[in-house]
Amino acid sequence: MAEENILEVKPKKKPKKKVIEVNNLGVRFNMAEQKVDSLKEYFIRLVHRNLKYKEFWALRDVSFSIRKGDRVGILGLNGAGKSTLLKVIAGVLKATEGTVTVKESVVPLLELGAGFDKDYTGAENIYLYGSMLGYKREFIREKFDEIVKFSELGDFINVPVKNYSSGMRARLGFSIATIVDPQILILDEVLSVGDAKFKKKSANKLKKMMKSGVTVLLVSHQGDQVRTICNKAIILDHGKLIASGKAEEICDQYEEMISKKD
Amino acid sequence: MPTALKNFSKFRYLLYELIKKDIKLKYRSSILGVLWTLLEPLLTMIVLTIVFSGLLGKGDDNFPVYILCGRLLYSFFSTGTKTALKSIRKNSSTIKKVYVPKYMYPLASTFSSYMIFLISLIVLVGVAIYEKVTITPAILGAIFPLIMVFFLTLGVGLILSVLDVFFRDLEYLWTVVLMLIMYTCAIFYKVESLKSVTNEWIFKINPLYSLIVNFRNAIFGRPLDMYHFWYALAFSAAVMLFGSFLFYKKQDRFILYI
Repeated sequence: MAEENILEVKPKKKPKKKVIEVNNLGVRFNMAEQKVDSLKEYFIRLVHRNLKYKEFWALRDVSFSIRKGDRVGILGLNGAGKSTLLKVIAGVLKATEGTVTVKESVVPLLELGAGFDKDYTGAENIYLYGSMLGYKREFIREKFDEIVKFSELGDFINVPVKNYSSGMRARLGFSIATIVDPQILILDEVLSVGDAKFKKKSANKLKKMMKSGVTVLLVSHQGDQVRTICNKAIILDHGKLIASGKAEEICDQYEEMISKKD
Repeated sequence: MPTALKNFSKFRYLLYELIKKDIKLKYRSSILGVLWTLLEPLLTMIVLTIVFSGLLGKGDDNFPVYILCGRLLYSFFSTGTKTALKSIRKNSSTIKKVYVPKYMYPLASTFSSYMIFLISLIVLVGVAIYEKVTITPAILGAIFPLIMVFFLTLGVGLILSVLDVFFRDLEYLWTVVLMLIMYTCAIFYKVESLKSVTNEWIFKINPLYSLIVNFRNAIFGRPLDMYHFWYALAFSAAVMLFGSFLFYKKQDRFILYI
């Protein structure tokens, strides 16, 4: 990583520890040719031995590791398996084969506010969503004002979330998720939350986090975003890892790949 | 196992938040709010007393209290299992995006029904005093059916919540099963006083009936019936074990179906 930088004043550190390790990861989905979700249908098909599934590997034989402080871009076209990979790392989806080891706390900034209850007010949702992210009650209580302030919701914090605009919901979700300094941050595309003003604010917050040495995983299908944010990158294509390395080189390769496909 | 415990302790605030949410939202839009927890069983008791009060003889237990004992336990079992059944699918959008131990959802819904049930026991105490039912030390025995009914409901709820992910029509089927369970709970009559019971075995195999029998025994100052005690205990333990096992085995596949 930092090996070429010989003039560094500080004593040279060992390579940083691996925080995410992915070994031969494979994720298989059973795509039922017809959806069987009623008991009657299930038994009829069971008797006729007609329970066929089409197997589909969303990811296969993917191996890589990420060291602390790396900012890794995951490039690939639609359906390449990017989101599946993030879901496995976030712990939502289990690997069918292979292993994924994540050694630090992950904050997934995917679809902000997915854990909100629409009948609950913003204030109540702060506690609910915070507890889903594994925060302690006292911690949330302590940070409550800060979250409300950052979200800029003002008096709307006591209004049920069902009356929020999508921008307001995302703002609240972003404010709750980023109230801790996460060790691993997962981003699906670069965040565009709320209006121009809030966008700037959230971008600043993310920049500050990245400076503090957080590990970042960014999914994108544009080379430019990865170039500006990441130092490393991988390319996924049809569930396979086809390249990994420095962000610059990988982005070039990716762009070349796309232009060939056109 | 220690990792599972560590995980549970990390998310115990979530359990608390989920229970609070269930109870808060349940009564949010009603004027009388949480008072309905007391009013609803009281009103049902009055209706049942008016209609069926002839079904118990002179020397028998006090009728309103008799009804309430059965009715409260049954309605906890029924709402507890019904909400647990839907709990995974109801929270599907969260399950797909944020990692939390999935058993939290059926566990929280069973707990919140249990809280409401415990509050509604106030009605039983009130009616028992009003009807001058003599309280004896035997009432301490009530603790057993009260604990067992929780695990019975949780175990059945876990099983149902798993099955419902794969078979959507379970919800309707379960309503029918609940009806069968209700009528074999002898809520407003005595099994012994039925003129000709052709299917007496059906009362014997209903674990909820066993719990109700012993709950009544405790309230009316009689010793616990040992057949019903052991049967309910064994049944509750069995469904708890099987439910946990089934849930553990199938939980990773939920996300592919919801």
